[in-house]
Amino acid sequence: MKDTGAIFQPKFAVVLIVLVTIIFLLPAFGLTFGAPAATMTDQYYIDNSQTETGANNVVAAVVFDFRGFDTLGEATVLFIAVLGVAMIFRRLHK
Amino acid sequence: MIANLPFIAVALLVGIALATILLKKNMIKMVMGLAMLEGAVNLFLVTLGYRENGIAPIFTNAPEGADMVLPTVQALTLTNIVIGVATTALMLVLVMVIYKKYGTVNSDKMRRLKE
Amino acid sequence: MTIGLIVRTAGRLIVPFIFIFGFYIVAHGHLTPGGGFQGGAVIATGVALILVCYYYRECMEKFIPVTSFKLVESAGLMLFICTALAGLVVASGFLFNWLNATGGLFGDAVVYGINPGNLYTAGIIPVLNFAIGIEVFGALSAVLMFMFAGLKETTSEEDDAETSLHHMNTGKKGGRK
Repeated sequence: MKDTGAIFQPKFAVVLIVLVTIIFLLPAFGLTFGAPAATMTDQYYIDNSQTETGANNVVAAVVFDFRGFDTLGEATVLFIAVLGVAMIFRRLHK
Repeated sequence: MIANLPFIAVALLVGIALATILLKKNMIKMVMGLAMLEGAVNLFLVTLGYRENGIAPIFTNAPEGADMVLPTVQALTLTNIVIGVATTALMLVLVMVIYKKYGTVNSDKMRRLKE
Repeated sequence: MTIGLIVRTAGRLIVPFIFIFGFYIVAHGHLTPGGGFQGGAVIATGVALILVCYYYRECMEKFIPVTSFKLVESAGLMLFICTALAGLVVASGFLFNWLNATGGLFGDAVVYGINPGNLYTAGIIPVLNFAIGIEVFGALSAVLMFMFAGLKETTSEEDDAETSLHHMNTGKKGGRK
């Protein structure tokens, strides 16, 4: 018996898709491609990463030293994902 | 208008990914659509930090006298890629368990909770 | 179907080079593009190659059980947290760069401006790179082994029996009919 419901019809999905695509087209008309607007903190990171952290790679210095808490959170998210996979595939020995 | 081509590509990718999630019935295709949506968001983040005629933000044997692109958005994209991998792995494992219980991956054919 | 002898031998030959390449990407994370996450993913590719070439039951019994990958991953995360807490004990704050420019393990000072890189610089950043590389390698390998465990594979005895039954019924290779 076909029970698809009267609310979830394909035309509502098409309207939603067109609306979201038009909203994502707004940056193409508002921003310029080669000139970012706010560069003060990034200029500080580029100028002072060699004296304050001693690394040649500015992206590594930003990921591990200037913003190290985000990397700690990301390592924890990866750990919890593997924990979830291991819990689903366990064998219950009775 | 033609210089803003990466932003138009982001909007197209988001539209195609949303169409795949909402209009397809196979569950593995829905997971593929979500992965494509995460790829579109990563492209948007990297495009925001580009400077005209810039080089990579690395000081080892760099060419002389050139501007560097912004490094903060690249750090955000690194984190986002790893989180995307973790989410996709968990969703695929759930699809495997559903296939074992129901015998199908078509989302129209699962209607009741099975024991 | 068993994968042929050429693929198995070539896979076993290439895997050490994949491990060395991934370790190089992890170790030079503060000088060249790369770092912990990228190098850990490349090392997990070597494990994926071994899983494709052999049956899952042979992998589990011959090479490595899956609990050792989980131990490796936990060791990586513990190394990250202990290095960060050591900054709280030795110097001023959590995740402070307490090895930078002190002359210890990774403590040389960096020449300002454009330079060819020196490996023993940048404080705790290489140590954190190693910790994250070990953790990502353990996590991705554990997920791959669990997903292969959930599949229903035929063993090599069932494969040979089925193939010889097929040859016997259709008359190839000296069978009946």
